[in-house]
Amino acid sequence: MGAWTMAGITFREAARKKFLWMALAAGLAFLLLFGTGLHFQVKSLARTNPLLRRQVLNGMLMVGLYAADLLTVVMAVLISVDTLSGEIASGTIHAIATKPVRRREILLGKWLGFVGMLAIYAAIMVGGVSGLAYILSGATARHLLLGSSLILLESILLLNLTFLCGTMFSTLTNGVLVLGLHGLAFLGGWIEQAGALAHSPRAVDVGVIASIIMPSESLWRRAAFEMQSPLIGAIGLSPFSNASVPSPAMVTYAALYLIAALALALRYFSRRDL
Amino acid sequence: MTPSIQQLTPQSSSRPAIQTHGLRKVFGEKIAVKGLTLEVAQGEVFGFLGPNGAGKSTFIKMLLGLVAPTRGEAFVLGHAAGDVNARKKVGFLPEHFRFYDWLTAAELLRFHGRLYGMTDSQLRKRVSELLDLVSLWPHREKRLREFSKGMLQRIGLAQALLNDPELIFLDEPTSGLDPVGRRLVRDIIRQQRSRGATVFLNSHLLSEVEITCDRVAFIKHGEMLETRRLQEERGSEIDVLIRAQNWNTAILEGLAPWALSICGEGERLTLRVACAEALPEIIRYLVSQDVKVYEMTPQRTSLEDLFLQIVGEDGGL
Repeated sequence: MGAWTMAGITFREAARKKFLWMALAAGLAFLLLFGTGLHFQVKSLARTNPLLRRQVLNGMLMVGLYAADLLTVVMAVLISVDTLSGEIASGTIHAIATKPVRRREILLGKWLGFVGMLAIYAAIMVGGVSGLAYILSGATARHLLLGSSLILLESILLLNLTFLCGTMFSTLTNGVLVLGLHGLAFLGGWIEQAGALAHSPRAVDVGVIASIIMPSESLWRRAAFEMQSPLIGAIGLSPFSNASVPSPAMVTYAALYLIAALALALRYFSRRDL
Repeated sequence: MTPSIQQLTPQSSSRPAIQTHGLRKVFGEKIAVKGLTLEVAQGEVFGFLGPNGAGKSTFIKMLLGLVAPTRGEAFVLGHAAGDVNARKKVGFLPEHFRFYDWLTAAELLRFHGRLYGMTDSQLRKRVSELLDLVSLWPHREKRLREFSKGMLQRIGLAQALLNDPELIFLDEPTSGLDPVGRRLVRDIIRQQRSRGATVFLNSHLLSEVEITCDRVAFIKHGEMLETRRLQEERGSEIDVLIRAQNWNTAILEGLAPWALSICGEGERLTLRVACAEALPEIIRYLVSQDVKVYEMTPQRTSLEDLFLQIVGEDGGL
């Protein structure tokens, strides 16, 4: 009961403070830009070989989905970065945590609220990009639902890590740490891909180690593998090549990682002094 | 709208509202609370006094489960401190009441009421009653960020009373309040006492504590210095200053049945009497002896004086 009350207030806070609406407005502006760009691309490719045309437009769809993924991930950190550390620092948590609700209910309630927001946001962004690409160019993502689920999983991973750091550090430290870790994963992912294309096993190892430290980018790269055309991935016509695809074991590791982050956040928040 | 007052049943009045044994809290190198042992009876209005940094807020936080004790044990209404079952019966106004300032006053109370597990119909009634009690009914749809400090303190007080608590912790409840607001807090404390609730009051405003509390504890550097029953204090010996003319030594000797000691100089007579009941008799006697009495002032030791005596003038620094 307490968790649902907290989930409701978290959702209402996002709406009342307008950041939910601003995020959606920014998302819609992005979709408008993407649609306009795609429209002109489709026009310019009218006389191109149909096979090449299809692959280029598919590549454009992947770029759109990549941007949607990035926005969702950044959203996950920005909307939740202050929720625990901020309320602990200001003392807002005192009047709440002394009510007959367990601390884990407070944390899980907030988490549910943010997961709900992220699910809506990811659905709008991924759905919007895919829908526009299909309407304007006929391009479709291969396994859209699986890819979207991996994007959502990635944003939840960032969310859980933000929650965990929020129980330990100040808002600023939390934001710097989580985005820094995602930056590390991002760089590691590109090093791994570049290493695979250049047949450099050591570079691939560096990327894998980065993914073990922070597996968020692996989830995107797996999502990209699932969604893009096998041909374009194989010939390296897109930045998301199939040269080094994260294995299902890495996806499982990422899922365990995000569960562990949430479990640790619950444990630490339940025991810490407020 | 008149608030409904839910009388508490004295089913377990023998059980203390608060009981601590050797409660201690250490933050790194700093000992915030040094093994505090305390018992507060049900229905008591208890004042917790001490200079800034004495460990008062940490002690309250341990009782509410916000801070884990390093050592010792604490029970609140028969449950381990911080237990959810205890928190169901407790109301708390934090020292610096912070809240979601994007909510309206009514929304804030509904939110906190839901955390107590109250139903919508219970909330409709209770929220209206409390907004009326703290005189915020006309501002119920106003967002809290538009509230003055005093109005915020009032809404904080209202949220502490949502569940008709058996035990209410008020940490600096009069902070930011004007005289009208302070009187409101006094009235609410009296009302809670009359319904059988226990009030644990932490305040720097000693005059308020003096008026409202049955018993006080003095704490300094995390240690309990002394507890005093204020009623007893009021019933004890009193020094009285009398400004009078036309008196002589023989008349003063006639005051012996009431006065424990007498000292006279010029127009000033200083007496120590056993109790306040002696004062009318003394006036009657002096007037009967044709002494011109212009003034009679009991020199009662105020709580502030007592605080300074016990805690010291260094303020715990």
